Amino acid sequence: MAIAKRVDLAPRSPVFEYAPAPEATDHVRIASRYDLFVGGRFVRAHSRRRFETVNPATDEVLAEVAEADEVDVDRAVSAAADAFRSWSAMPASRRARYVFRLSRLIQERARELAVVETMDGGKPIKESRDVDVPLAAAHFFYHAGWADKLEWAFPNRRPHPIGVAGQVIPWNFPLLMLAWKVAPALATGNTVVLKPAETTPLTALLFAEICQQAELPPGVVNVVTGAGATGSLVVGHPGVRKVAFTGSTEVGKLIQRQVAGTGKRLTLELGGKAANIVFDDAPLDQAVEGIVNGIYFNQGHVCCAGSRLLVQESIAGPLIEKLRRRLGTLRVGDPLDKNTDVGAINSRQQLARIEELVRAGVEEGAELYQPECRLPERGSWFPPTLFTGVAQSSRIAREEIFGPVLAALTFRTPDEAVEKANNTPYGLSAGVWTEKGSRILWVAERMRAGVVWANTYNRFDPAAPFGGYKESGFGREGGLQGLLPYVELR
Amino acid sequence: MSERMDVRKTYKLYAGGEFVRSESGRSYLAEGVNVPRSSRKDLRDAVRAARGAFPGWARRAAMNRGQVLYRVAEMLDARRPQFAALLGGDRAPGREVDAAVDTLVWYAGLADKLAQLVGTVNPVAGPYFSFSLPEPTGVVGVVAPDEPALLGIVRGLAPVLCGGSTVVALTSGPRPLAALCLGEVLATSDVPAGVANLLSGSRAELLPWLASHMDVNAIDAGGCSEEELRAVEEAAAASVKRVVRPDGGGQGPHRAAAFMELKTVWHPVGT
Repeated sequence: MAIAKRVDLAPRSPVFEYAPAPEATDHVRIASRYDLFVGGRFVRAHSRRRFETVNPATDEVLAEVAEADEVDVDRAVSAAADAFRSWSAMPASRRARYVFRLSRLIQERARELAVVETMDGGKPIKESRDVDVPLAAAHFFYHAGWADKLEWAFPNRRPHPIGVAGQVIPWNFPLLMLAWKVAPALATGNTVVLKPAETTPLTALLFAEICQQAELPPGVVNVVTGAGATGSLVVGHPGVRKVAFTGSTEVGKLIQRQVAGTGKRLTLELGGKAANIVFDDAPLDQAVEGIVNGIYFNQGHVCCAGSRLLVQESIAGPLIEKLRRRLGTLRVGDPLDKNTDVGAINSRQQLARIEELVRAGVEEGAELYQPECRLPERGSWFPPTLFTGVAQSSRIAREEIFGPVLAALTFRTPDEAVEKANNTPYGLSAGVWTEKGSRILWVAERMRAGVVWANTYNRFDPAAPFGGYKESGFGREGGLQGLLPYVELR
Repeated sequence: MSERMDVRKTYKLYAGGEFVRSESGRSYLAEGVNVPRSSRKDLRDAVRAARGAFPGWARRAAMNRGQVLYRVAEMLDARRPQFAALLGGDRAPGREVDAAVDTLVWYAGLADKLAQLVGTVNPVAGPYFSFSLPEPTGVVGVVAPDEPALLGIVRGLAPVLCGGSTVVALTSGPRPLAALCLGEVLATSDVPAGVANLLSGSRAELLPWLASHMDVNAIDAGGCSEEELRAVEEAAAASVKRVVRPDGGGQGPHRAAAFMELKTVWHPVGT
């Protein structure tokens, strides 16, 4: 079957040729081995076990990372619990100073963090450089500002920190998800045990160094690396009073069960199957850019990706044609190249899942389109993919693919668009494209989704709350409301 | 070797991003040195500079204004010994600098919180989306108290800059040096030229012109006496200036919001 084939042809359409523009990596030092970060120091894991973290664009091993076991997690939680006593009692303005420092240090080491993020995760350097790292710094800056203003955020209540927060984060935006989790936790006076994803642990370990540079009191932030088992130990540890998880809905449900009855506070930011709704009066060229940004940004490894395109029937033809043409100009390849639009798939496992679902799409009768593009021989790659004629019942219209795969469906009336967009157990995000302001608000009102983008897509800001409806999870991150999961109001 | 002979600094006004003497050529003796005595023309020039800088500063993302204010705090902190020496005396000079830094950091962190704290989405009874958001008022005259010389003017500047307005400030009359040196901090802190302007001189001479200037939108009367306040409020009526009284309620979002307007926007909802 001609899916995800490695085509070795020159591009047919008259696209511009780009000379290679690789980002320099000589200023970055990645150690061959990383220990756990516990109590302000890098310490050997009790487990004595290590695992490799790989550059998915080259299959090269970047470093060996410790795998935390039960004893390691227990040590980390103890360190966090010890640190909690003084950290939570510290004047808030002082705590703010530390969080401001973290923000400034991330800015100072921005390029290094961006390069390591791209090497470890496969995302294009222009994304890690222009999106992930600046937003991570902004999140710390924003939350530093809240630290000594909580009485303004929650008038007439006394906000108290909860305790040790166990935070488990995904591999699609490693440093940014760290920032979303760690910044509000610290600003509100909690301490943290963070478990980064096993395929992308490196920027979290660099962040541990940054905590040392900031002279953050030992134990306020602890980083335990490992896979799902380590994450489960963090979530299940009785010393953890607050659990925050970003990842798949499947794992989110396991965590919700695990936490049940323990009294732990929980927030979940899970999967999505967002609809990007394009009405017949939408500015088509702008919409095409938004659709592309919505699904091919970060190889589609985005929980709020606009993975379902709902086009009004009358413009489906021209829109799909423009979209196909645009796909032909996406540059797929070396994530470290500054011109690359679509980088490497994060892992072999994820690649296998994308391939399986795309196969299912073809078998279920949808029409597959992939531009001819030259994929590198080594590493994990998948070309930008567009399915048309997709049935609502099809797996590719229902399941989160978490890859550069767009399923296009059509609608006739606004009511039908809303009906179809909401026809999913997920509810993280939605997009709407129309020149008519009243219609934007009408659609936004009816979307059962936590974020609605109008005539834009994939916008993130520390000041704007983010989170899902339904099986996309609960709790918000960012904005005033994002503080709430980390405070107890007395 | 002969004894080192210091190069003494000429204290200047800070206006339009430049360090200038008074156009009048006048000076007065304060804290043992000659300090520019600003004229009505200096004041008018400063208001012009502040008005010119307003659109750019107001349009900056709130987050960016926060970053700039934080940079001001960084620069002031780096010059802590200089300011502590200037503030001298038997009071705790270091503590005043620290409090000034604290104030700047506090408002740096407030800039991108203001809209969520004082703005609203209005649950109107109809198919309309209605929201109200704060916007900076324009050019603000800040009348700093005579004491504390540094903290007083910083408490005036920080909330106004935080909200996106621009400032013409009258420094402490008898102790203007710390405020004039604050100009050196602002000039090296990514604060755009004209956003903050600092004038030393006689308050009795300048205040009536500031209060009656038709292109000033609001006055922070923090440093005014009862008598001055009455005169300011009267003069302010000519251009309906907002006058924020000396008891303006201390540090908080309302302090920044006092130098902001509230705009309500309506939009229909429907297919």
